[in-house]
Amino acid sequence: MTDTVLRRGAAGRTRVIAWLQEYGVYAAVVTLFAFNAVFTPHFLAVDNFRTQLVQVAPIVIVALGMALVIGTEGVDLSVGSVMALASAVVALYLGYGALPAIAMAVLAGALIGGAGGALVAVVGVQPIVATLALLVGVRGLANVFLPQLREFTNPTLVALGSDSLAGVPIVVIVAVVLTAAVAFLVKRTTFGRQLVAVGGNREASRLSGLPVRRVLLTVYVLSGMLAAVAGVLATSRLQASDPTSLGLFMELSAITAVVVGGTPLTGGRVRVLGTVMGALLMQLLQATLIKHNLPQSWTQMAQAVIILAAVYAARERR
Amino acid sequence: MSGSPVPGGPVLEADGALKVFPGVTALDRISFALGQGEVHALVGENGAGKSTLIKVLTGVYRLDAGEIRYRGERVEFASPLEAQRAGISTIYQEVNLVPQMSVARNLFLGREPRSRFGLIDFAGMRERASEILRGYGVRSDVRRPLGSLGLGAQQMVALARAVQADARVVIMDEPTSSLEPREVDKLFRTIAELKEQGRSVVYVSHRMEELYRLCDRVTVLRDGRVVHTGPLAELERLRLISLMLGRNLAEVAAEGLTKFGGRHHSHAAPVLRATGLSRRHVLDGVSLAVRPGEIVGLGGLLGSGRSETAKAIAGALPLDSGEVAVAEKPVPGGSVAAAIRAGINLLPEDRKAEGIIPTLSVRENIVLAALPRLSRAGIVSEGDVDRVVETFMRRLRIKAAGPGQRVAELSGGNQQKVLLARWMAMNPKVLLLDEPTRGIDVGAKAEVQTLIDELAKEGLAVLLISSDLEELVEGSDRVVVLRDGAVVGELSGAEVTEEKIMAAIAGENDD
Amino acid sequence: MTTQTTPAPPVPATQTSRERAGRLFQQHGALLVLAVLLVAGTVAFDSFTTPANLGNIATASSFLAIIAIGMTFVIISGGIDLSVGSLFVLGGVLAAYGSRYGAAVALALPLVVCGAFGLVQGLIIARTRMAPFIVTLAGLLAARGLMLSLTDEGATTYLVEDDLFARIGQGGVFDVGYPFFVMLLVLAVAAVFLQRTGFGQNVYAIGGNEDAAALMGVPVARTKVVVYLVSGLLAGLAGALNAARLSSGVTILGIGLELDVIAAVVIGGTLLTGGAGTLGGTIAGALLLGVIQNLINQVGGLTSSFQQVVSGAFLAVVVVTHRVLGRVREDT
Repeated sequence: MTDTVLRRGAAGRTRVIAWLQEYGVYAAVVTLFAFNAVFTPHFLAVDNFRTQLVQVAPIVIVALGMALVIGTEGVDLSVGSVMALASAVVALYLGYGALPAIAMAVLAGALIGGAGGALVAVVGVQPIVATLALLVGVRGLANVFLPQLREFTNPTLVALGSDSLAGVPIVVIVAVVLTAAVAFLVKRTTFGRQLVAVGGNREASRLSGLPVRRVLLTVYVLSGMLAAVAGVLATSRLQASDPTSLGLFMELSAITAVVVGGTPLTGGRVRVLGTVMGALLMQLLQATLIKHNLPQSWTQMAQAVIILAAVYAARERR
Repeated sequence: MSGSPVPGGPVLEADGALKVFPGVTALDRISFALGQGEVHALVGENGAGKSTLIKVLTGVYRLDAGEIRYRGERVEFASPLEAQRAGISTIYQEVNLVPQMSVARNLFLGREPRSRFGLIDFAGMRERASEILRGYGVRSDVRRPLGSLGLGAQQMVALARAVQADARVVIMDEPTSSLEPREVDKLFRTIAELKEQGRSVVYVSHRMEELYRLCDRVTVLRDGRVVHTGPLAELERLRLISLMLGRNLAEVAAEGLTKFGGRHHSHAAPVLRATGLSRRHVLDGVSLAVRPGEIVGLGGLLGSGRSETAKAIAGALPLDSGEVAVAEKPVPGGSVAAAIRAGINLLPEDRKAEGIIPTLSVRENIVLAALPRLSRAGIVSEGDVDRVVETFMRRLRIKAAGPGQRVAELSGGNQQKVLLARWMAMNPKVLLLDEPTRGIDVGAKAEVQTLIDELAKEGLAVLLISSDLEELVEGSDRVVVLRDGAVVGELSGAEVTEEKIMAAIAGENDD
Repeated sequence: MTTQTTPAPPVPATQTSRERAGRLFQQHGALLVLAVLLVAGTVAFDSFTTPANLGNIATASSFLAIIAIGMTFVIISGGIDLSVGSLFVLGGVLAAYGSRYGAAVALALPLVVCGAFGLVQGLIIARTRMAPFIVTLAGLLAARGLMLSLTDEGATTYLVEDDLFARIGQGGVFDVGYPFFVMLLVLAVAAVFLQRTGFGQNVYAIGGNEDAAALMGVPVARTKVVVYLVSGLLAGLAGALNAARLSSGVTILGIGLELDVIAAVVIGGTLLTGGAGTLGGTIAGALLLGVIQNLINQVGGLTSSFQQVVSGAFLAVVVVTHRVLGRVREDT
């Protein structure tokens, strides 16, 4: 009843905003890309693309998990610390071979995610506090496991970080595969549908008999696992385990990518490709400013503006 | 509308008040006058415009047209604060205080007693708070958080706060819904005192006994209009209820106004049996049974426990005691999933808050509950989903740009059909429909009614809750009437008439 | 017309001993644990209860405590301020930079700039009703960007050039530095405002139930703006004091501090849901984090990482306890 009136009254402005919400981030990426193609020397070079993509890959992977969590009206601040923990665990178990070490790292991520998920879903703690406790504690845990930076030479792990398949860095391939997997999860599985339903209206979901707790718990486990994978990849690229600084402030980058990508903080929607685009936009922005000799500080201020603009635009809906 | 002289001269008046929300005219140029020293009943069913009128009078909403006069002068309160300062206090139905703050702080928020240096004098505040609240029968430590008090005591604090403010006008929105009898007495005494002091009270309630005991005059609202105003004592109970529900007694004889077909006769054993459903302050031993192919109506005014009964049967409301069984097999309580597994499905009253997932499409909303059945190994079978969605969109004639349209963009009637489709896709045994046609347009209403009829013919057991008496009478094979959370009457066959239902609601069959 | 459906408030039973214990723990838990740790530290380490060591803990904790005081206002009002870590660093840089013009400028400059930052965030939050989390996240980035651009991308470290100003950070009475006394002063003023003025009542009211507060006549938007202004001001003040103590505007220390601050506030018994909390608890929370760090240093052989593990675990225990005890009240 209300909506017909609203729709009839919808002026051009509403339509523009709706379009921006839907495609704004793509438009921004394309614009920035075009700008660079014309004005930035050596921008359209294969090496440049590789560098940019390799840098953005871990952020994308973490942001995918973050998007799922935000889709349920939550947030996961622990992702950076989970990366550090994964890095430490990989170094500790590298003696058993690269694959067991990676498996252990991902398991550790799942456990931490499970702890956060249990706090949120079972105990009912607010996501922001539950995962804040993990952010503080898990980083410490990583440092306790591995008090100082440890370099390694395990060929498999080194290859993971520096080799390419058909010219595409493995790190990037992993990010692409995970993006596809998460997109499939959201679009095609029962779990994905239930996830957005729980985020969109928890009470209605409960009354429709959805397993609300299980969905919430699983989402945090997935976020932990994805963060762990990102941690392993970042570690392999560094060829060293550095739990002190690896993944610092990753939660901010990931939240930024998700929010700029058009996933509303109020839940009920997950934009997988938008999230990837959000991460790319931030990366491209940084690269553009650097290539034009503008200082790092500008990047952060520009990011601040973009975040506010993205959320302000999203606020207009309904 | 019958004009009657305003006793003591008007204190607070609304004249030609118009308030429009997108798509709804909440107040349609109504006039209302509150006399000095009178207790004025304001009654009407859900959506009649009572709360909007209160909010307009107290500065929460601004009028779109018309004016408010207070003590003879035109006023435009910009905020509740301004109205309070002018002497209009309000007690809201849901206690609108801050539960985490102490009792004393709640009582005095915004007008704390000051000591030297303009600082709050807490010792003095506590002392005064204890003293004031003792007068209202609240003896708890005033330093305790308000939320730790019983609901009744909280309501008394709200009352004390409102009266404290030297108010000339006190507006009470269903103040007794959470009170114990002892507290109700205290409330009534307070109202009498207010009246003696020449202060005025607007009293909103559905409890007939209270209205007749307390109020001098009454204004009946329906669909944003004033349908009656005048002295209450001259108005018979039955007549008042018929005014509220919009049923002219003479019209009752006319048949066939809804789309429901004839009665469904069923002698099969009941498929749904609820026994002794009880929850403190909410439900008091409600028992009912529904046979397959039967539509049982649940009658009663707002707050009589209709929705709570439905929620309790659907496992969404924890119970102190009572049992629900489907086909004589007990259903584990307190679990929606268990109820759904047993074949009980609930169409909740509040479509927006409890029904639709606004961010999702029509398609996703329809299959939400049925997803696990339409999936293999956790992967949704899109073909099956499409088939289900197509079937129900066609059968229910859901008007949408397509299955992909966001459900939030649909009209209320189509949203309701989407929710019905969600449950029909589950092949339920028992369907609990809480106000299935409220707030939807006439066309959709007829369609939904036809559908309910068809479903019953197919052998479903239907429990129908409706404030619309006509719908209740014509739709139901039997009607169970609730009052104050308890069953007060059961009508079947030829007894199912609007008069009999209203009589049961009014309590005229009592003793 | 939309009818608002607020879930009915809980129907509570009479106050049980468990409930009382819950409230007691929430309000004084941090203080209790602090006392236990102090006793344990005294027993375990000879070097712990020395005046020098205790003074050191007190001074080192006061920066976090000052910011946490502002954060307590914000969280009680139902919000959150992620920008304080960046504002702390920015304040330090501005103070060091300003010190060449004398102590007054060194103090005023960070207060004005950081206060303005808080004010703008407050205005955005109150006017647009955007989530505080997002607005202050943007504030975090913007403040950090501003700080970097003032310091040639962090390459320049301004030194404090005013002796008077430096003495505020480095001097002290016996073994306790002046920053601790500044913190006490801020605490006293803040406590009066929070507990004894109408503004303080309004902060609790909007955090407890914003809609009800509006209906009770509380100026919601103005209260919010002031709360973020205070938080910005105090973060700037802490930054200035820190610069005075270190004689320079260090550009890397304090990044990410917002999370420690929030942890201190939550450990101190302030609920992140708003509407409840005390400044005393916050100070206890901040000191507790300082004592944990100090004790772990005393143990020797343990890295400071243990401090994080302990802090994180403690935070988790605190929130779970709050939640479980809170649920007792809700369920009955």
